[in-house]
Order: sequence, then structure tokens, then C-alpha cells
Amino acid sequence: MSIDSDPPAAAVTPGSQRPAIDPSDGTAAVSVTGLEKSYGSVRALAGVDLEVPQGTVMGLLGPNGAGKTTIIRILTTLLKPDAGSARVAGLDVVRDAARLRERIGLAGQYAAVDENLTGLENLTMVGRLYGERRAAAKRRGEELLERFELLEAANRPTKTYSGGMRRRLDLAAALVARPPVLFLDEPTTGLDPRSRLQLWETIEGLVSEGTTVLLTTQYLDEADRLSTEIAVIDHGRVIAGGTPDELKDRVGGERLEIRLEHPAQGEIAVQALATMADDPPLADGELVTVGVHRRGGAIVEAVRRLDGTGVGVEDIALRRPTLDDVFLALTGHAAETAEDDLQDAA
Amino acid sequence: MRRLVSDTLVIAERNLVRLPRAPELLLAFTVQPIMFVLLFRYVFGGAIKTPGYSYADFLIPGIIVQNIAFGGFVTALGLNEDLHKGLIDRFRSLPMARAAVLAGRTSADVVTNGLSAVILILTGLAIGFSFHTSVPEAIAGLGLLLLFGYAFSWVFAFLGMLVSTPEAANSVGFIAVFPLTFISSAFVPVQSMPSVLRAFAEVNPFTITVDAMRSLWLGAPAHNNIWGAVAWALGIIALFAPLAVARYRRAAGL
Repeated sequence: MSIDSDPPAAAVTPGSQRPAIDPSDGTAAVSVTGLEKSYGSVRALAGVDLEVPQGTVMGLLGPNGAGKTTIIRILTTLLKPDAGSARVAGLDVVRDAARLRERIGLAGQYAAVDENLTGLENLTMVGRLYGERRAAAKRRGEELLERFELLEAANRPTKTYSGGMRRRLDLAAALVARPPVLFLDEPTTGLDPRSRLQLWETIEGLVSEGTTVLLTTQYLDEADRLSTEIAVIDHGRVIAGGTPDELKDRVGGERLEIRLEHPAQGEIAVQALATMADDPPLADGELVTVGVHRRGGAIVEAVRRLDGTGVGVEDIALRRPTLDDVFLALTGHAAETAEDDLQDAA
Repeated sequence: MRRLVSDTLVIAERNLVRLPRAPELLLAFTVQPIMFVLLFRYVFGGAIKTPGYSYADFLIPGIIVQNIAFGGFVTALGLNEDLHKGLIDRFRSLPMARAAVLAGRTSADVVTNGLSAVILILTGLAIGFSFHTSVPEAIAGLGLLLLFGYAFSWVFAFLGMLVSTPEAANSVGFIAVFPLTFISSAFVPVQSMPSVLRAFAEVNPFTITVDAMRSLWLGAPAHNNIWGAVAWALGIIALFAPLAVARYRRAAGL
């Protein structure tokens, strides 16, 4: 079931943050070049390139209708591309579709379980459709139900499950055949915060066991938390890519937010801090914002300077740019979504 | 091929296991056909002349064929629901035989159609219907009935993959199939119809199948009806099964 063996230890450059995997040497779990797809006159994908190294998480981030789901559908053999090519686990998504289906798991936006079957019946059915015998499929189903804390509900029809339970069962169904590459289409859309967190932890667990994950999300915090790398998708193109930190750096470094005891001291504070920043600090009432290029020691340095000039500080914090800032900077519109889509369509 | 058979059985089992848990569907297989038999027998029965047979004898083969043809509705609605809930996506992402989801559905229909047929025959016997032929002929009639129902399940499978909502499947199926069953010899002798309707009714596969059933159950002259009915059923399967599977392969989900 596993794809190529792990990259040799020598390929990992000491001191680098991530293993240096050269995508061209075949260890990329997902490799997409020039992918295009149109529905009638609507161009869903306008040339997408992606590279997901084995054992990492790629987050496709973008608003509704950006083309994220189309990418997932092509990579899981549900849809044929108009142009371009894509390989998953070393197999071509069009030519090797039948073999590829044995190596991927898909969990969807809509929990794809039969609501009139029990949790165990659902998983047993999926296992048998992978070609397992009934007994083996049932054993695997029980194993997954236990892992996903659904064992108590194993023999209840899934229509009695909560939203979070159904999502976990859907994910369990995607894992029946222990796929090396997992596709998650908006895995937490519509879930309550607690179920979301649970699902995030589960996904992190799978990744730590070596599964490669490609997920789509509209949630910036989700992409930030789970992804090794993020590809920002808009209008069927990848408009930016990189680690969450790299993307944030592109919007500018971190910001020091200082709340003063006396708003009147804002001007003194700005002068005291001016040489710490590339751009002049901004004072707005009691709030002073300083863009800093170096994270280390910034707070200590700022406090020292302000103390030296007699400025009273009530609160001081480093704020990293969020992916909201990233999205706004890259696309010129905020990440949320429906209204933008309507305007785009018009 | 072995995969197709085993995957088909898995899907058929799924559809049968879930059936008792969806009581509204079970009603469609049991109470509804009984209701129709009673309504026809006692509301229209007195007014319709059926030379050579009592109306109960005339009606039962016809109404059973009609009911069995509609048995495939479950397939249309079920497939459409699967499409919307993402189950078809899941199945299509699995390394299973491409025809198995539809073949499993239609095979499960054979079981439920058999159940409906038994209920209708028992109801018929209670209101005055009786077999006028030998046991093998009666059993052959049941076989023909199930074959015809299986053929229509493929029509409904195609319909279920074609339309966008279960409601649409319901109305399109009803509008397409309901007149077909009525402009036939199922409920009245075709001789009583205006000439245009009669011309249509005489070539209608429903008429041919109902007449074949009457010869197998009542001993009516068979002519070519039995082979005609088998040919129609096989022809419908040969046309609609590939169409439905082609739709399934390209199913776009939501």
C-alpha cells in the first residue's frame, strides 16, 4: 500500500526546517502541471501547478468557487481535466485511474455515509468495495470506529449521529484502505468548534504517521494550523504559495502593538521607537503600532526604549499578520466569500 | 467480472439492509399496491366489460405488471439521493467495478419487486383472482414479471442519474411511465379505446407483457406475446443499462 520508501536520511539537509525533498526525484505525493478545466463557458481552472512532498500537508485556500473542489475532484479521478497533467502517488490521474483509486482516500464536504446504515455497516461496506472479505472488512471497521471514538455508536444508524460524528465516520471511511494520500474537501465546514478541534487533531495524527494530505478550506486558521504549505487559489489559479510563515512575511513582518498609559505620550513613543522599524511607527490614541523586521528581542528593546523616555506602557504584544491579512493583500478582497462570488459572476 | 459480481452483491445488500429502516419506502411496496387493487376492483370493476374473464382475473396480471414497472422508482429516487449526499462520489473514488452501484440497485429491486408481487397475488386471490394454468406456467409468469421489472429498473436508474433532484425524478418518471401503463391492456380491453390510442396500445410493451402474463396465468391465447415481452425486456436493458452506466461514469456530484 505504501508508495516509495521514505527519502534517504542523506537527503535531509541538517539545520533546514523541512526535509529537502526534490520533487523531481519522484517523492512528491501529488504533482500537478498546467491543470485546466472548464464547465461550459465557466473557466474553473486556468492552469494550476502544485507539488506536494510526501508526508506533508498542502492546504488549498480560497473563497467559494475559486476552483479548490475541482482540483480535488480531478486528483481523485472523479473528473477529467481538459488540459495539463496530474500524478498522485506516482500514478497518472487519467491513465492509471483504476489503480490510483486503491491508493487514495477521499472525505468530502458532505459527509458521504449512508444514513440508514450503521457506522459499522458503512465501514464494512467500504472495506468490501476495496475487495476485502466481509470478516476482514468488519475487523478494520471496528478498529477505525475505536480510533475515532465511535465504537459506542457502531450499531446505530448514522442518521442518529451528530454532525461531528458523521464527519469522523466519513474520514474513517476514507482511511479504510490505509491510503498513503488523503484528500479532504473542506473537512470541517459546518462543524462546531469542539468537533473542529477534534478533527484537526485527528488529521495531525494521520500526518505524523506519514500520510500525505491535500485539503481545501475557506478557513484561514485551519490552513494555518494544518498546512506545511499553502496554495492560495483564486479564479482557478494559484496566486500565491509557500509555508504559512512565508505567506505572512510577504504581507510584511510582525507588528508590535503597544498600548500606552497616557495617549498624550504617543508622539514621544513614536520618536523613541522610530529606529526599530523600517516604516515610521503609527500612533492612534493610546495605541502605537510598529512594524518590526526582527522578532527576537523586539519586545525587550521596545520596553527598554520607552522606559528610558518615561513613557508608561500598559500592554505590549507582538502580532503576527494573519492569513486574513495575506488574503486581503493578495487578492484585494477579503477571504469571505459569497458576496464576492456574486460580484465576480456579474 | 468477478469484481463486478461481488461489488454488485455488496451494493444490493446495502440497499436491502437499509430498506426496513426507511418505513416510507416499505409502505410503497406493500400498502400502496393493495390499495390500488382494491380501488380498481371495486370502483371500476363493475363498469368495465372484460369478455371471457371476471374483472378480478383480468385486472390482477395488469395491475401487477404496472406495479412492478414502478418498483424501479426506488432506484431513481435512491440514486438521486446518493448523488446529492456525495455517496456516488465516494463510490466513484473506490476501486470498485464501474457498473456495480447501478447493478446493485437494480438487483435489489428484483427482491423488493418479488415481495410486491407476492403481496399483490395474495391480495388478488382474496378478491376472486385464480390461476387457470399449471404451476410451471404460473412460475414462468412470475419470472417474466421480474424480468420486466428489472428492465424498468434500468430505465429508472438512467432517470435517477439524469435529473437534478429527487422531486424531478418523481415527476419525470411519473409523467413518462404512468400514461404508458394506462394506454395498454392492463386495466381495460384495448378494443374499447379510440382508434389512435388503440393503435398505440397494441404495440405498447406493457400490452404485450400484460397479454403474455394473461396467457401464462389465465391460459389466454399466447400468440407471440411471451417472446415479445422477453424481447422488449432484454431490449430495454440493452439500451438503458449502458446509458445509465455512462451517466454514472461522468456523474458530476453536486
